[in-house]
Order: sequence, then C-alpha cells, then structure tokens
Amino acid sequence: MTSRGHLQPWIALIGLFAMVALPLDSADPTLTLPRAGVLGWSVLVATALAIVAAIRAEQSGIAGVLLAIAAHLGAFVALHLLPTVAGHPGSGYLALVLTSWLLAWALVSELSAVPRPKGFDGLLLRLLVPFLFGLWLLILWEIVVVVLKVPSVLIPPPSAIGARIATSIPTLAADFRQTFLKAVIAGYAIGCGTGFLVAIIVDRIPFLQRGLLPIGNLVSALPIVGIAPIMVMWFGFDWPSKAAVVVVSTFFPMLVNTVTGLAAAQPMSRDLMRTYAANYWQTLFKLRLPEAMPFIFNALKINSTLALIAAIVAEFFGTPIVGMGFRISTEVGRMNIDMVWAEIAVAALAGSVFYGVVALIERAATFWHPSFRT
Amino acid sequence: MSAAAPTVRRIDRKPGKLVPVLVVTLAILAIWYAGAYWMNRSLALDVFARQKVVPTTEQLVDATWSMERPLLPAPHQIAVEVWKTTADQKITSKRSLVYHAWVTLSATLAGFVSGTLLGILLAIGIVHVASLEKSLMPWIIASQTIPIVAIAPMIVVVGYNLLNGQLGVSTDASRFIAKAMISTYLSFFPITVGLVKGFRSPEIMHLDLMRTYSASRAQTFWKLRLPAAMPYLFTSMQVAIAISLVGAIVGEMPTGASAGIGARLLAGSYYGQTIQIWSALFAASLLAAILVWMVGLGGTAVVKRMGMAR
Repeated sequence: MTSRGHLQPWIALIGLFAMVALPLDSADPTLTLPRAGVLGWSVLVATALAIVAAIRAEQSGIAGVLLAIAAHLGAFVALHLLPTVAGHPGSGYLALVLTSWLLAWALVSELSAVPRPKGFDGLLLRLLVPFLFGLWLLILWEIVVVVLKVPSVLIPPPSAIGARIATSIPTLAADFRQTFLKAVIAGYAIGCGTGFLVAIIVDRIPFLQRGLLPIGNLVSALPIVGIAPIMVMWFGFDWPSKAAVVVVSTFFPMLVNTVTGLAAAQPMSRDLMRTYAANYWQTLFKLRLPEAMPFIFNALKINSTLALIAAIVAEFFGTPIVGMGFRISTEVGRMNIDMVWAEIAVAALAGSVFYGVVALIERAATFWHPSFRT
Repeated sequence: MSAAAPTVRRIDRKPGKLVPVLVVTLAILAIWYAGAYWMNRSLALDVFARQKVVPTTEQLVDATWSMERPLLPAPHQIAVEVWKTTADQKITSKRSLVYHAWVTLSATLAGFVSGTLLGILLAIGIVHVASLEKSLMPWIIASQTIPIVAIAPMIVVVGYNLLNGQLGVSTDASRFIAKAMISTYLSFFPITVGLVKGFRSPEIMHLDLMRTYSASRAQTFWKLRLPAAMPYLFTSMQVAIAISLVGAIVGEMPTGASAGIGARLLAGSYYGQTIQIWSALFAASLLAAILVWMVGLGGTAVVKRMGMAR
C-alpha cells in the first residue's frame, strides 16, 4: 500500500536487528534479548510480526492490534529489566526502548488514519490516542529517570510517585478537603455568583457598562494572586482568606463574559420580544440569558481552572498546617519531591474533573447551541 | 475612527468611554477611602485609647488614613510609597521599586520570548503532523485545566538546584533561569492553542486556491496560513505575557529570592508592611497593563501593515 508511507516501521526494523545482536546490559555483555528467555523471544517475534504488518498489511485493524501487542510487550520487558540495567544500560536495551516507542508511534499514526465511527466506539477511539500518549509519557519517564539514575530530588520516577500517593492518602484527602472543598468551592460560587449579578446590573445601566468594563478588562489581566498576602491579613490564616482570593480572581472573568453574552441576542429576536409586549424581565429570562449561556459557561470553565490556581498560590502565603499549597511549598523545602508530585497529581485530577463537570453541565444546558448539534 | 472619516458618520458614533471610566475610577477611590476609614478605625481607636485621648472625628479620619501599618492603606499612602521607592532612590538600589520591577520584568520577557517560540514550533508541528495533533492536542487542552502555577515552586527549586548545585551556574543566573522556565511553561500553552486555531482559520476556498496555484506545503504555510494566523498570534500573546508575569512573580517566592516583585510581596507579608505589599502590587499591575498594551499595540501595527485591519 503506497498511501501508508510511514517511516517508523522501517526504522523499527533496524532497531529489531540491534535488539537481536546488541547486549542489554553494558556491565554484562552476554545478556542479550534472545538469551533472556521466553519473554525476550516473544518480544522479538511480536516486533517482527508488527513491523511486517505495519509495512504490508492491507487492513489497518490487524496492523494496529499487532503494533499494540509488540509495543506494550516491549515496554513491559523494558520495565521488567529496569532494576537489572539501572545505571548501566547496554545498546540493546536502548534499541528495545526506542523500537517499542517507534511501534507505539506507528500505532498512533495508524489510529489517527482510521475514520471515526459515531457513538460510543468513536468516543473510545478518541480517548485511546491521548491515553496511549500519556501512558508512553509515563513509561519513558520511568525508564529515563531510572536508567540515567536521575536523583529523585530532581525528578522522581512515576512508580515512586504512585507509591507515595498510595501511602499518604489520608494526608492528600485532608489537603484536598481544605483547599478544594472549602476554599475553591466557596470562593468559586461566591465569585461567579456576584460576577453574574453585577453583570446584570451593569447591563441595565449603560453608563456603568462604559465605565466599568474597561476597568474590568484591565483587572482580568492583572496578577491577582498578588493580593493573597493582603487577604491573609484581612481574613486570617484559614480557608476564608483563600476563598477571598478565589472570589476576586473569578469575579472579573464572569463579569466581562456575562456582559458580552447579554449583548449577544440578535436585534431581530429582541424586536420579536417587543412585538410580544414582553417586559424587561421576560426578555431577560426568555431571550437574553439563554443567548448568553455559552459565554457564561465559558467564564465558568475559565474560572474552574483559575479558582484552583488562586487557592493553591494563596496558601503559599500562610495557612494552618493543611492544604495543597501548604503541602507543596513545605515538601519542596524538605526535598520530598515525590510528595509534591503526588499533590500535583491530585490537583491535576481535581482540576480536570471540575472542568469536565462544568463542561458536562454546559452540554446539558446549551444542547441547542450549534457547536453541540452534530 | 480616523480623522479623515466623513463627519456624517459621527452622529451615530458611540459616546466616549473617557468620562464614565473617570467617574467609575473616582467612585472606586472614594469607596477606597471610606473602606480605609472603616477598616482601620478600630486600630486607630486603640492607639488613641492608649494615649488616653478622645479623638474628634477629624482626628480619627486623619489617623486612619496615615497609619504606619494599616489594614488597608489609603491610596495617597501608596502613591507616596511608590514615589519614595522610585523617584527618591537610585535605580540600582535594593530599595528601589524600579530595580525590583526590572528583576521581574527581565525574567518575564525571557520566559515570554522562549515560550512564544516554543508555542509557535508546537503549533506548526501540530498543524502539519496528523499523529502529533491527535496525541498532543488533547493533552494540551487537558493541561489547561491543571493548576500549572502550583508546580511553579517545584520547578523553581528543582531548576535552581540543578543549575546552581549540579551545573555550577551562579546563584543569580540560576534564579533567573528558573523563573524564566516557569514563564515559558505558562506562556506556551495559550500561544499553541491560539495559533493552531489561527493556522486552521483560512477558508477552504483559499486553501483550494493555493492548490490551484500548485503551491507547495511550505508556500501555503508562509503565504496563507501564517498571515491568516497573525491576529490569533497577537491575541494569544496578550494572554501569554500577562500569565508569564504571574509566573515570574510566583517563581520569586520559594527560592529565598531577595529581589523582584514577588520577593517584595512575600517580605511585606512577613513583616506586616502593608504599604509595601500594596506598592508592589501597584508596580505589578502597572507592569502587566503596560506589557499587555504594548503587545496589543504591536499586534495592531502588524495587522494594519499587512492590510488586514477591519
């Protein structure tokens, strides 16, 4: 097939020869993949099959399955051998890692070329590619860190971070409760709520609209996290001061977006409302707020990220001895970098889930919008 | 609207923004003074009680607006502090706000420039390599939902240790590079996302036209995609420069830095120097406003020069 002109399988072929001939461990030249037992042989066979399939196969389905098996078997063997070769990898080991990675890349190219089926299968396929990317990021991270013996003070391997998460769940849960469930949620609700209400007032009074909006635009570009020390002074060390920072940083995006959204209704629709003799509130609730929904949800999504950042950074300025920002700054000081990464993993997960929930609500609330009507 | 525009169109011109903005600013200042009185009142009353003086209203108001360490300093106190630390100090002095602002600004600009380059390269890669888009783009979008600033102290400490401890770079240079790294990290996301959108913005008709000219991929890129992406580039650069300033400020907090706006904020919060915090905040805001404004100006100039101004 000429259309599938991928280069990766051909390079992988060179890698296959290197894997057969070169030693895995530079300290022990006799250890090669063919002598590493059943696992070694199965990797070689799977890789060879996958390369042939990727170059020759008419159907990308078979090639994809073979590539997936070969790449992940190779990765498994590489991780399996990792303790043996740590610090002194042979050229054969490098060939193994690089070849497996090339096969994974070829797999991603293969998957990208597949036409997307609709419905659930399409969703799975759409999630598969980024999942593979993330998985390989972790695999390569682990291999590079362990093989090069990077001190864990600099970057710990993912396995150490995973172990740390597993052993310190109570601490992580307490930090999560303090920062996310108290400061972020409260601040987010208050900030978005007041931003929304002020936007409606501003929209009612054109003078304010002209006077307040430029200032609002200016303020949303400012480094608002800087007010954290002041808020700590005003509201004390506990979570209300963090919530206050969150309120200020979420208020302006909400204000600006809602005012823009309220202006989005077509003049034709407004005229129609007028012919129905609809009063201000009826027009607001039945026409202009629904039209403003995409803008409001845009602000809600931006704010979901901003709120978490604001709360964590605000904790750098002083907290009771609990909280994600507190934990990050103290564990950095004590060189417990794996704990910092564990905390970051929790924050990333919380941020993504928060964003995802807002996005889902948006889908349900603005199902009529063109960007969701497929 | 340019001066040469026909006078007839001036009739439906929108009323200017200057007067409302001024009025709102004055209102904010008035509220600020009132707030300063209200928040500092109990502190001031304590002082008077210690001196066993019953203050008149005038004395009380005056006291709340001129406290040494107020809860909320009055605007003129901040102005005086800013004046004292800019005009009355040598620029090289550690007490000069200009010096601190420059320390932050240099890291911001270094990070912004490298972040912009990185973002542009990533965007070009994403637009031209299908597998890169499929695997990278979801992560770039997902990473937007991750509190990146939270990682800042770690990047600073790790980068600082790596450069200073392992590679033997000098203390100041390590600190500078660590801060610039955070700014880079923060600013390349908006650039990539905005540029990918921009590179995709040419209409199919235009792309087809390029094909009828039998233009190569590189020609299509240089002559169609890149010009079309310019407005997107500058819009995302405005976001990026604001966020890289935040990155540099946050990056100044953990490594025990003694210079920079972030260090100034932290020192102010340790010693309860409210006025110092507020003047550092003022400097940061001014810096952010100027940077965003300048990028916007550059964008307008480029777009106008390219004949794309609407």
